[in-house]
Amino acid sequence: MRLSQDQMKHVHGWLLLTPAAILLVSFTHYPTVATLINSFFSKGTAIRPSRFIGFDNYRSMAEDPIFWKVLGNNLWFALGTIPTSIALAIAMALLVNRAMPGRSFVRMAYFTPTILPMIAVANIWLFFYTPDIGLIDKVLGWFGFAGHNWLGDPSTVLPAIIIMTVWKEAGFFMIFYLAALQNIPPELGEAARLEGANRWYFFRRVLFPLLMPTTLFVLINAVLNSFKLVDHLFVLTKGGPDNASNLLLYYIFESAFSFFDTPYAATLTVVLLGLLAAMALVQFFVLDRRIHYR
Amino acid sequence: MKGRSFIEILEILAAWFLAFLWILPLLYAFWAAFHASEHSIHFNLLAPLTLENFREALSQAPFLRYGFNTFVLVTMLLAAQLIVGTLAAYAFARFQFAGSNVAFALVLVQLMITPEILIVENYGTLANLGLVDTILGIGLPYMASAFGIFLLRQAFKSVPKELEEAARLEGCGLFGILMRVYVPLARPTYLAYGLVSISHHWNNFLWPLVITNSVETRPLTVGLGVFASPESGVDWSIISAATLLSVAPLLIAFLLFQRQFVQSFMYAGIK
Repeated sequence: MRLSQDQMKHVHGWLLLTPAAILLVSFTHYPTVATLINSFFSKGTAIRPSRFIGFDNYRSMAEDPIFWKVLGNNLWFALGTIPTSIALAIAMALLVNRAMPGRSFVRMAYFTPTILPMIAVANIWLFFYTPDIGLIDKVLGWFGFAGHNWLGDPSTVLPAIIIMTVWKEAGFFMIFYLAALQNIPPELGEAARLEGANRWYFFRRVLFPLLMPTTLFVLINAVLNSFKLVDHLFVLTKGGPDNASNLLLYYIFESAFSFFDTPYAATLTVVLLGLLAAMALVQFFVLDRRIHYR
Repeated sequence: MKGRSFIEILEILAAWFLAFLWILPLLYAFWAAFHASEHSIHFNLLAPLTLENFREALSQAPFLRYGFNTFVLVTMLLAAQLIVGTLAAYAFARFQFAGSNVAFALVLVQLMITPEILIVENYGTLANLGLVDTILGIGLPYMASAFGIFLLRQAFKSVPKELEEAARLEGCGLFGILMRVYVPLARPTYLAYGLVSISHHWNNFLWPLVITNSVETRPLTVGLGVFASPESGVDWSIISAATLLSVAPLLIAFLLFQRQFVQSFMYAGIK
């Protein structure tokens, strides 16, 4: 029996897809499902094997003050980094989107943090934040301020990390705004000038709405990053002091590999997966429809 | 600055100032790495230059070995990603096979749920495969990249069908068509994806940290993290030197091929 040309395309299609499918199922789909299942089981020990315990893990999570702390930190981290880095990215793009001396150097300066690993960035910034001998305390010292343990104080540690993250991310987002600005016809600006609109008005009523699709794209990336970016915690704070800078993914790492509580780590991962799924849905059903420029 | 308004000059100054602020942390690390630590703490601008910190960093931790590991990892991973991604993208772009839409949606799931989120389960899987603490183990979860499949599918879809017909008349088989028509025409996409993938995996930290525990497999980022953790008590100038050693290859590549890097990141993001 010979397959027709039409039937062969199914065979060929699936054959070509096989390597990718095996890898994706093994490392994305299967672990996602397994995480969900494991979150309903107890921690197995040599004497007592793991058994089904229903929502017990979720119950202890709801009673775990560190979990709520970490979730709150993640929220503040997102709120602190995202609007600031987007505003800065737009400002940077507007500043360099013109003929000016040293433009390529300026662009390079903005973009360079993007290609540095977060772990190296943390190493560099660690010294800025070091109490007394660090660069920030040195500069403040010239103005007569006393030294401060920026990373050791629960009230300043999260802002300190937020500033560093903004530095790392703003230049990356800038390039998308630059690309978008270059696609906006210059006639718009000229028309606005003839109409007597001032530049702030022009930005608010013309440029910013036109940049909306870019902002959406950047926003999604920034939100994802705020949940995935924890590398710096390993160098700067280890989530401390007293979990003041701990983030969800870092807490998952700690639960699994420092406290060896795999079922609890799975339960926390389910929360993270839920947050990501919610974001995907928002992106799909709300933002995509509303923001596309009419 | 002739013919510029006052506001414009102010804005250019602001742009420069911001650029200076942005490059400052890196400049400072650079400066510290070439000076003895007592000078970097007191920021003595006239202090003598030295290479001692680099010598110390290299003697205290095997950064050359880490660098080699990273190089092997990134090369192997990119090769695998390109092969796996090209085949899958070809399937999605040119074969209307049964279930292709569902399969594509399932591929895109990985754009949201990236492997670092599933470290707990993936660690278990790799332990079962006996691949813990191997370079292959670091790379395996990333070898099928939804992002790469997506970009290549877009590129393949924009290739005119007539070219494929022509190649078929010349006697090319399925693989011949892929290699002679689609792959050459998607070169810009390959370049963009390649640069993004290299930068991403050169800098990746969390998963490599979880899966490695020896000098023979650790990539640079993990080596640097272990070296510079606060409890290790290594001195600041040496850490700066080690940090620069770790970022140097990628940083130099970036400075040399700035345009390609920026365009690749942009291209990959916008598609």
